Amino acid sequence: MTGLILLAVAVAVVPLLLIIGDVVAQGAPAMSLAFLTNTPTPPGVPGGGIASAIQGSVLMVGLATLIAVPIGVGAGIYFSEWPESRLSFLSSFTNDVLAEFPTITLGIFVYLIIVLATRSFSALAGAIALAIVMLPIVARTTEESLKIVPVSLREASMALGVPRWKTVLRVVIGTGKAGLGTGVLLSVARAAGETAPLLLTALYSPFIPRSLFLPAGSIPYLIYYYGLSPFADWRTAAWGAALLLVAFMLLLNLTVKVFIGRRFSGVRAEF
Amino acid sequence: MRPAEEIDVSDRSLPPFHEKIETRGLKASFGSNMVLKGIDLRIPENKITAVMGPSGCGKTTFVRCLNRLHELTPGATVEGEALLDGKDIYDKSVDPVDIRRRVGMVFQKPNPFPTMSIFSNVVAGLTLNGVRGKEVLERTAERSLRAAYLWDEVKDKLGNSGASLSGGQQQRLCIARALAVEPDVLLMDEPCSALDPTATAKIEELMTMLKHDYTIIIVTHNMQQASRVADYTGFFYLGKLVEFDETARLFENPREELTERYITGKFG
Repeated sequence: MTGLILLAVAVAVVPLLLIIGDVVAQGAPAMSLAFLTNTPTPPGVPGGGIASAIQGSVLMVGLATLIAVPIGVGAGIYFSEWPESRLSFLSSFTNDVLAEFPTITLGIFVYLIIVLATRSFSALAGAIALAIVMLPIVARTTEESLKIVPVSLREASMALGVPRWKTVLRVVIGTGKAGLGTGVLLSVARAAGETAPLLLTALYSPFIPRSLFLPAGSIPYLIYYYGLSPFADWRTAAWGAALLLVAFMLLLNLTVKVFIGRRFSGVRAEF
Repeated sequence: MRPAEEIDVSDRSLPPFHEKIETRGLKASFGSNMVLKGIDLRIPENKITAVMGPSGCGKTTFVRCLNRLHELTPGATVEGEALLDGKDIYDKSVDPVDIRRRVGMVFQKPNPFPTMSIFSNVVAGLTLNGVRGKEVLERTAERSLRAAYLWDEVKDKLGNSGASLSGGQQQRLCIARALAVEPDVLLMDEPCSALDPTATAKIEELMTMLKHDYTIIIVTHNMQQASRVADYTGFFYLGKLVEFDETARLFENPREELTERYITGKFG
C-alpha cells in the first residue's frame, strides 16, 4: 500500500521535476543581463533580448492587478460577510462559473467589446482580459480567508459597539489579511503565465510598450511565438523566457507558502 | 399535618428593587425554532443576576437578546420588549450599536483579538471606533486592566500578544476590554466554563467587586457558581422562565417543583 502511494507521489512529482530540469537546461544558455535588458533582434542578429516582453507583461499584469484586486477583494468580502443576500448568492455562483471559463473565450469577449471598438489590439485590452482571469481567483480566496476568521472574533468586536462594516474592515480583514495576500499573489502568478487571453487582445509587439493603446508583447506570447519559429536563436530565446517565467512562478509560490506558514504558526502582535 | 395548599406563600414577593433591565414577553427564534418562549423578567441594578438552567434552555440566547447580538445570527429573530432604563432596545429608533456600547459582553471562550497586543485588545472598542488620543487610550487601558485585576500581571508586557496569556488572564483581558467602553451592564456567558478552579475563583471575586459599578448578568449551568456569586437567580427551562428569586431563597426553598428537581440534581 505504502509502495503504491509512493508510486503515485512519484508520478505526480517526477514530470514537474523533469519539466523544471529541462527548462533550466535549455534556458540557462540564453540567460544573461543583456537578454533581460535588450529588445528583440531579427533572427540571426545576435544580442537580442526579451526586455519588451518583460515590460509588456509587467505593464499588463500590473494594470490587471490594479483592476482585479479592488473589485475581487470587494466581491470576496461581500460573499463572505453578506451571504444571506440573494445578490451575494447569485454573484458568488457567477464567480465560480467565471473561474472555470476557458480563458480564450474571455479573450474573445474583450476582443469584441474593446479591440473592435477601439479598432486596435492594445495593452489595455490585454490587461482587461487578464483582470477577468484574476478576478474570480481573488474573490474566491478573499471569501475563503475571511470565512475562516472565527465568528467569536466578529462577535467580540460587535459586542464592543463596533458597527458591522468597521468590524469587517478592521477585525475580519485584519485577521484574514495573510490569506488575502496569498490570493492576490496566486492570481498574479496565474495572470503572468496566461497566453490565451492575450492572443486576441494585446497581440504582440517587439517594441518596448509606449502606450496602453498599442499592441504589447508579453513573456508567454513570446514563448509561443518564438517557440514556433524556425530560427534556432529565437527558439533558444523562448527557452530563456520560459526559464524566467518558471522562476517567477516558483518565487511567488514560495512567497505564498511563507505567507500561509505565518498565518498558521501563530500570531504577531502589533502594539 | 396540614394540607400542602395551606402553606403560606404570600410573603414570597420580592423586596422592591430598581430594575436596570426588564423584558416583557421576550421571544427569540432561530428560523422556525423558537428557543425563548416569552420571558418576563426584571433585572435589578448593581446586582449580580444568574441565569441558570440545563443546556438548551435558552439562557445564552436570553442574554444575547439583551445586547442585540442574537439577531446577527442568520435567520434569528426576536419578538417582545427588552427595556433598558425603561426604554425598549428593540424600538425602531434605536441603533443596536449604541445598545452594545451600553451593554458589554464577556463570552464563554476567551476571545482576545489574536493579531493584537494586550494593550490594543483592551482599547479595541475605542480604537475600532476611531478614538486616537494616545493619552486617553493609555489611561483607559490602565483603568480597565486595574478594574479587571489584571494590571499587575501584564503592566510590563502590554506589547505582547493577547493570545500569549493564560486562559484565565485572557478572560480577564476580555473583561477589561468590555469595561473599557464604559458600559452600564455586563453580560457574562458562562465566563468560567473554559477555566480552571483558581482562575474561576479570580473571576468570581472580580464580579463581586464589579457589581458596585455595573449590573451583571451571568449565564451559568453551574449551580454552585450561581449560589456563590449571584444576588438573584432565574431558572430557565425549555425556553421559559420557571422561577426568579433571591438566590438564597431559590436554592433553599424553591417554589416550583421543576426548580427543586433541578437543584437537587434529579435532572439537568
